[in-house]
Amino acid sequence: MSGSCRSLMHSVAITSIALLYGQGGARADEKLFIYNFSDYFAEDTISNFAKRTGVDARVDFFDSLEVLETRLLAGGSGFDVTFPSATVGERLIQSGALKPIDASGLKNYKNLDKDLLKLVAEHDPGNQYLVPYMWLTTGIAYNPRLVEERVGGAPTNSLDMFFKPELAQKFQDCGIGIVDAPNEVVPIALNYLGLDPYSTKQEDLDKAKDLLLKLRPYIRHMQSGQLVADMASGQLCLAMMWSGDAGVAAARAEEANNGIAVGYSIPKEGTIISFDTMAVPSDAPDPEQALAFIDYVLEPKTVADISNHVFYANANAAATPLVDEAIRTDPNVYPPAEVRSKLFVDKSLPPRQARERTRVWTAFRAGN
Amino acid sequence: MMQSKPNLGRHALVLVPYGWLAVFFLMPFLLVLAISLSSVRLGMPPYEPLYAWQGSLLSIRLNLENFVFVLGENTYLLAYLTSLKVAAISTVLMLAIAYPLAYGIASCSPGSRSFLIFLVIVPFWSSMLIRVYAWMSILRNDGLLNSLLLHLGVISEPLRIMNTETAIYIGIVYTYLPFMVLPIYANLSASDRTLIEAARDLGCSRMAAFWRVTFPLSLRGVAAGCALVFIPVIGEFVVPDLLGGADTQMIGRTIWIEFFNNRDWPVASAVTVLLLVILVIPIVLFQTRLSRTSTA
Repeated sequence: MSGSCRSLMHSVAITSIALLYGQGGARADEKLFIYNFSDYFAEDTISNFAKRTGVDARVDFFDSLEVLETRLLAGGSGFDVTFPSATVGERLIQSGALKPIDASGLKNYKNLDKDLLKLVAEHDPGNQYLVPYMWLTTGIAYNPRLVEERVGGAPTNSLDMFFKPELAQKFQDCGIGIVDAPNEVVPIALNYLGLDPYSTKQEDLDKAKDLLLKLRPYIRHMQSGQLVADMASGQLCLAMMWSGDAGVAAARAEEANNGIAVGYSIPKEGTIISFDTMAVPSDAPDPEQALAFIDYVLEPKTVADISNHVFYANANAAATPLVDEAIRTDPNVYPPAEVRSKLFVDKSLPPRQARERTRVWTAFRAGN
Repeated sequence: MMQSKPNLGRHALVLVPYGWLAVFFLMPFLLVLAISLSSVRLGMPPYEPLYAWQGSLLSIRLNLENFVFVLGENTYLLAYLTSLKVAAISTVLMLAIAYPLAYGIASCSPGSRSFLIFLVIVPFWSSMLIRVYAWMSILRNDGLLNSLLLHLGVISEPLRIMNTETAIYIGIVYTYLPFMVLPIYANLSASDRTLIEAARDLGCSRMAAFWRVTFPLSLRGVAAGCALVFIPVIGEFVVPDLLGGADTQMIGRTIWIEFFNNRDWPVASAVTVLLLVILVIPIVLFQTRLSRTSTA
């Protein structure tokens, strides 16, 4: 090795050691790793927190809850705050993947809606692990013009749009999409049939499968992450999707000024109500910063800004007056009591029973 | 004494690929095999440990139920068959495109050869994911291809390619084509041109010289190329997931569903082990035999 080469190698080694050391030092006390759905904060949520606390907060995104759950179960994910749905949270609690959260240390915890806390307690007895974030329904998003062109006076507030083949086939050419979420769509189908939405009886599941298979030929795709863009650009005219995503699609279409409108309705037959929550993994590197961040999100101003951006109803009672009027008075986002009474939570099933449900879904996806 | 030294070096050299295989193939495979013999539980990790110490008693529990379950289910068989079909058809398509391409490049002057090979490799400079996303914007109903064809008046209604099996073939052929071109090109460019001259001197027509001399001699390259694309395409996940519709369920997706949706790591592992045993091992054996016979 020549002299100059040796000195070069030397400086490379020193620089990399310095870099490693520098990273290790900062990691311990100044960084916060957040794991959330994409487009699920306001644009300035993270930067404001960073400005206020000086913490280098970083967000990584998952595109399905299944990915979040599997990463946390595998352990060593390195995240401090994650955003599981209450259903996923329930299993994570049972698996020992989450750390209990001491609510007395959170000065804004009192802002949370007491009724919603009770509903979340069905997943998390005593509200020990999951701090409610947003809540949403899985319903019907539609393009009013394209739907009206095909079926005058179509029942856009009814699941008949999907489950009556003579109706669904009319929308095949303009495109039907559906969220890739067996734990939501299978119970919705069971409930539509007047059966117990949580049934694991084979005969009930077979009926749900028949219902879904009749819809199958008219479905264009089941990519949850693609639904917002496709509804907003008119690639699809009808989708079974999450309330907030439908709101985002409507807003994007308006921004693009492409003459496309997106409506959303909660099906009159009843549907799934889900909660997204904040939770701290049991092996979080910095649980203290995690709690500081959760407390920050519980501030009415912070979470109201997020609702205004993502079009989901938040679980923060004190924040409601700060939410844009158009959102807070929208019965499909903040539904009135009689609509709410028809909503049911998405209950977690043990693995082998969940499999029976997923199998219905697999058959549905494959169309056989 | 003088002779044992290079021998030792040669042995060590042979050990390198075996060591590589042991670390990067055998060990991960054994881990997957171990999980496939376990059973699900709620916990971290979400499967039961295979062995337990009770005092000085070591108890090992091997659970074969996952294999029985996978073999008894139509869904998995169908997914295996779909993967086989997609892999076979796309391999044939790639061969049909890659062989003439490689042949063309090999018959160029050395200078233009390296430029053309460079062009084949250039797409690798950007992420595969980005390239597949680019295909999404090309194939969409209002995408580049449809707008162009509509504009030219070739079609009056947009073609629905996105989210169909056709889109999967386009994506896979595009992504894997260089892996087919390179081995065939390497083989053709190394072949001895004088053999063709000899064949022509002995009265073969151009076509006959190609089919009786060039093609049989290039079979090794063809076999290598086919294996290089066929095996990864069987397990391909990204392209069918992004470009394909929901009705083409390949084995990659099936494993994903077991792992993520059902949270059943043992069954996901059993599907993986069976994929290896049923599909990949026979293919590798066949390929080794083919390349041996063609050298002989």
